[in-house]
Order: sequence, then structure tokens, then C-alpha cells
Amino acid sequence: MDPLASGITRLKVADVELELFHKGAGRPLLILHGGGGLDHRSEYLDLLAAHFEVFAPSHPGFGHSPLPERFESVDDLAYLYLDLLDACDLKDAVLIGFSLGGWIAAELAVRCAHRLSKLVLVGAVGIKVSDRETRDIPDIFATAPDDVARLVFHDPARAAVDFGALTDEELTIIARNRESLALYTWEPYMHNPGLRYQLHRIHIPTLFIRGASDGLISQKYAEAYAALIPGARLEVIAEAGHLPQIEQPRKFADRVVSFARQ
Amino acid sequence: MKTWFFSETAYPYLPESYESIRVILPNRIYDPKIGADLYHRYLDEWLHAEDAGLEIMLNEHHQTATCLDPAAPVILGALARQTTRARLLILGNPIANRRQPVRVAEEMAMVDNLARGRLEVGFVRGVPYEISAVNSSPVRMSERFWEAHDLIMKAWTTHDGPFNWEGRYFHHRQVNIWPRPYQEPHPPVWVTSLSTGSIGPIADHRYVAATFLTGRDGSKQIFEAYRERAGERGWSAPNDRFAYAALVYVGETDEEGFAGARKLMWYIESNRVAPQFINPPGYVPAAAVAKAMRNGGSLYKYDKPDLQNLIANGIVFAGNPDTVFGQIKRFYDYNGGFGHLLVMGQAGFLDHRETVRGIDLLAREVYPRLKELN
Repeated sequence: MDPLASGITRLKVADVELELFHKGAGRPLLILHGGGGLDHRSEYLDLLAAHFEVFAPSHPGFGHSPLPERFESVDDLAYLYLDLLDACDLKDAVLIGFSLGGWIAAELAVRCAHRLSKLVLVGAVGIKVSDRETRDIPDIFATAPDDVARLVFHDPARAAVDFGALTDEELTIIARNRESLALYTWEPYMHNPGLRYQLHRIHIPTLFIRGASDGLISQKYAEAYAALIPGARLEVIAEAGHLPQIEQPRKFADRVVSFARQ
Repeated sequence: MKTWFFSETAYPYLPESYESIRVILPNRIYDPKIGADLYHRYLDEWLHAEDAGLEIMLNEHHQTATCLDPAAPVILGALARQTTRARLLILGNPIANRRQPVRVAEEMAMVDNLARGRLEVGFVRGVPYEISAVNSSPVRMSERFWEAHDLIMKAWTTHDGPFNWEGRYFHHRQVNIWPRPYQEPHPPVWVTSLSTGSIGPIADHRYVAATFLTGRDGSKQIFEAYRERAGERGWSAPNDRFAYAALVYVGETDEEGFAGARKLMWYIESNRVAPQFINPPGYVPAAAVAKAMRNGGSLYKYDKPDLQNLIANGIVFAGNPDTVFGQIKRFYDYNGGFGHLLVMGQAGFLDHRETVRGIDLLAREVYPRLKELN
């Protein structure tokens, strides 16, 4: 693959076809998006592509990535992206995961991190901290859409989407993304009960980023998660919710770049 | 044509306003003393329907005041013991939401024996709001449904000792149900279909396809899809493969019929559901969701229902006996014929006396004429 290629392309990893945003040059940066899918026009992607060779796939079932029949779990995605790292022969890579993507990234890193140099988890889900009668993460599938928007964004005005202005294809992708999110995170809800007991295996420097207004991932949850990863640091970005990369793209990109340089 | 009486056995004594009748309505609202009386009254009405010559149908819903039957096999057991003649249709077992299909097979086999072969077994995907009750994923429900179906059918028809099942969704070591069904090879099977997309396998299995409040055009599309599929496979589907459920009230006069129907409409009017439960992700295809998003939200938008509109659309049949027969006949002709009328004959505040009267008029004045159709 030509490292200077840019834009949206297709990548075949074993028998799995992926839509891939691929831009920039330099140290590889593998970005695993969250439940809302990947918006290729996001400013943070270009900011990061100025410093890294960015690989940002759409998970199977999201965007234009087909969903193979056998795919049904975060485990499937973790192994897929291990295969991607091998297929693209990425070395010394920085791995970033947002929300669901953070869960995938953590699962990947506990299995095999030898192609990775740094791990960044942003509003990551994936572990259970509280007791059996206490959900750590609000049930977004049982919450009114307006309320979900308030949980996700620091500035709720960001959540307002004019559906009338979107094409049928764009609307279908939104619906399909949500369906795929449900597929991968339904039960146990948004977590793997065993993952918290495996995080000690991560030996690469890890940065956990949380938006100060994140209504899905609490400060307590983020602290507990970071504490389980040896040497991990937790940083909070102000005036941002669950998607600091969207609400504070420059601050976010700066944190990632400086962390990668350390 | 066969006519089946059913009620969803609701608890209608609700506050003026509530956010959602499904899933989140606190059960403090339910008074067990009133509820217990309702259970017995509704059972009495089924028995009365049997006495009047109708067949019996029941269904299952969870976490809702619209239906006090979250475990239809339990009520079926009572009916199996207390009835003697009527066929008993459960429509149906929500097998995409039942974690142990073998348990479903056992329950149905038990009831079939208790009823000495009068059971007819429906399998349904269940309405979208049912998934919360079982933590059931709304994604790939159809796949789960058919694997559960296959396991149930094998459990019913295997008689020479245990078999194993290691499927995508269900695992079972030694399946060997006792009792086995009373009917050979098994009770008749029905499947509810609310869209043409789901009709293929139902037709291929030659099961009865039941449509529920789908109206004139909705039903027509589904029945036609079934007939077309049968034709492709080289057989002709008789009318007894088609069932349609409607709200039905027969009065002595049109006015009495309409008044009864307006009470039945509680079923529609009370069904206010919070948006997050109406369309869980994956329940309908993404393209359909996209259309709804463009149209400003709900897939299931009920404008305040108007009785005459509902009648015109075939969702309600109401009036005096001639009027009702005429409505059903028009629907029958428009849909190319169907063999089973499923009558929601009680809902909301339609009281026992009114319900019984509606059953009697339907059975005495309309049913004989329906039997001559086909």
C-alpha cells in the first residue's frame, strides 16, 4: 500500500472487506471509531494526518464495510484488527480507540501488542466496575434520543441533525451503524466481564482521555479503567463530552501528538 | 372459515397520562385484587366463546398493562383443562426471545396432551417492545427465530432418544422431551407475519400465515406474497393458510356495534410508547429506518384513530350483523380469500356483559354466514 495515498479506499484483510480512511505519512496511527461510525470529514482526522499515516477503518457493519455473517462480537473485531496490523505490516503503531473502538483497542492490546508502541483510549467502554444492580454505562438503547444526545455532547446543539438534509444513503448508514452497535454491545451490555482481569497485560504506554462532560463514561469509571492498565494516565478535556475529538479537535490532536512523541 | 375469539387481557385502570404503557410503566399501578378478578373474568369469556361455538386464541406480551399474560402457556394450561371442544391457538410463542427453545417444545407438548390434541401453536417474532423483558437483542432476531423453530420441531418429532444441538444461538446436550405432543406429527403451526419480507420461509413450511391489524392493503400484500411463493414451489395455498386479526364488535344495531368498537379502540389509543422502545436497532431493516427518519420519526405513527377510517381499512369490523358480514366479505374478496378470522372481541373498558353479548351476536348471526365463505 502506497503510504502517500489519501482519502477513502477499500482494504481486504483476509476474507473481510473494509472501508478505510487512509491519509498522511509517518508513524502509523490506527484509529478505531466508536458507535456513531466514522465521519471522514472530521477535522481531527486531518489534524492527525499531518503527523501520522492514519488508518481509520469502518468496522464491519458500519459505514460501507460489509458485515460478514460470522461477525458478532468485539472479540471478532479485535482479531480482525490484529490481522490488519499484520496485513499492512504496521510497526511502532499508535492505536487510538473511541468508545466501542476503545474497547476493541483494549482487547487487541491485551492479546498482542508487539506492533504497537502507544495506546490511546478515548471514552472507552468495555469493562464492568460496579455491582450487579448498577449499570456503569447508561442504556443508550433504552434512552430517548434527545436524552442520549445530552449524555454524549457537552454542547447539545451539536446533536441536532437535520435528517431532511441527508441523503437516503447517509440516513441508511446512520441506521445501520446503530444496528451494528447493538449487535456488538448488547449483552453483556457494553462490556466484557473478563477484560478487567486482563488489562494488566498491557505493557505499552497508555493514555486514557475523557471529556469532562461525558455522560456515558463517568470520571469514576474512567479512573477505574485507567488504574487497571499498568502506568496508564488519565487526562480530561474540558468542554467536551463523549466525543472530545469532535468537540475539541485541536486540543485532542495536540494531546495525541505530544503523547506519541514522549 | 374458522373464527377465533381472543382478548389481550388488559389491565385498563391507568393514570390519565403516562410516558409509555410498555416497558417502564411501574407495576405499582396494578392492583392484584382487581387483576385477579380480571384474569378469571377473561377466562370466563374464553369459555363463553367456546360455548358459543367459536375457537379460542390467546397471545403473550410482557411488561405492559395492555396484556396481563407474559406467559401464555400458563393460561393455556388453565384453558386446556377447562375447555372441552374448542381448538386452542397460542399466537404466539415469541421464540426469538425465549432462551430455551426446548422448554417451549415441552410446554406446548404438555398443553397438547392436556387438551387432547386441540392445540395449535403459533410462533412469533414479537413486537419491538418485547425485547427488554428478556434482554433479547433486536439484531438477527429472524436468524434466532428460525434456529429456535428448527430445534423445537426436532424436539417434537424425535422419538428414539436424545439428540444434541450445538447451533449458532442455542446449545443443548440431550434433547429428549417428555411428554411428546399428542397430535401427529405435531400441532399445526402458525406464524405471524407483518411484512412481505418475512413470508418466504413461512410459506415454504406451509404454515398458517397470520396478519395482525395490518389492514386491507397490508394483508393483501402478505397473502399475495405467500401465494406467489407457493406457486413458485409448485403448490397452491388453500384459504386455511391465511389468518387475519381485527377488532370486531357485533351489536343488534349499527349504533350498538360502533359503540362497542369504540371501546375496543382503547387497545390502539392506550398504546403510547416511548420512542426508544418503538424501534430498537435492527428490528426493521436500516433502509426502512432511514425512511422513517426522513419522515420525522416513528415507524408506527398512530394518528388519533377514527372509527370509520379503521373500518374502511379493515382494522375494525363493527355494526349490526349484516353490516359486519358485509365488511368481512369485502375484506375477504379484496384479499383473495382467507380461512381464519381472529377476533379481538374484548379490550379496555368493554365490560363482561358487553363482551358476552358481542360474542353471542357474532356467533349466532355472523359466523354461520362466514362458514359459507370458502
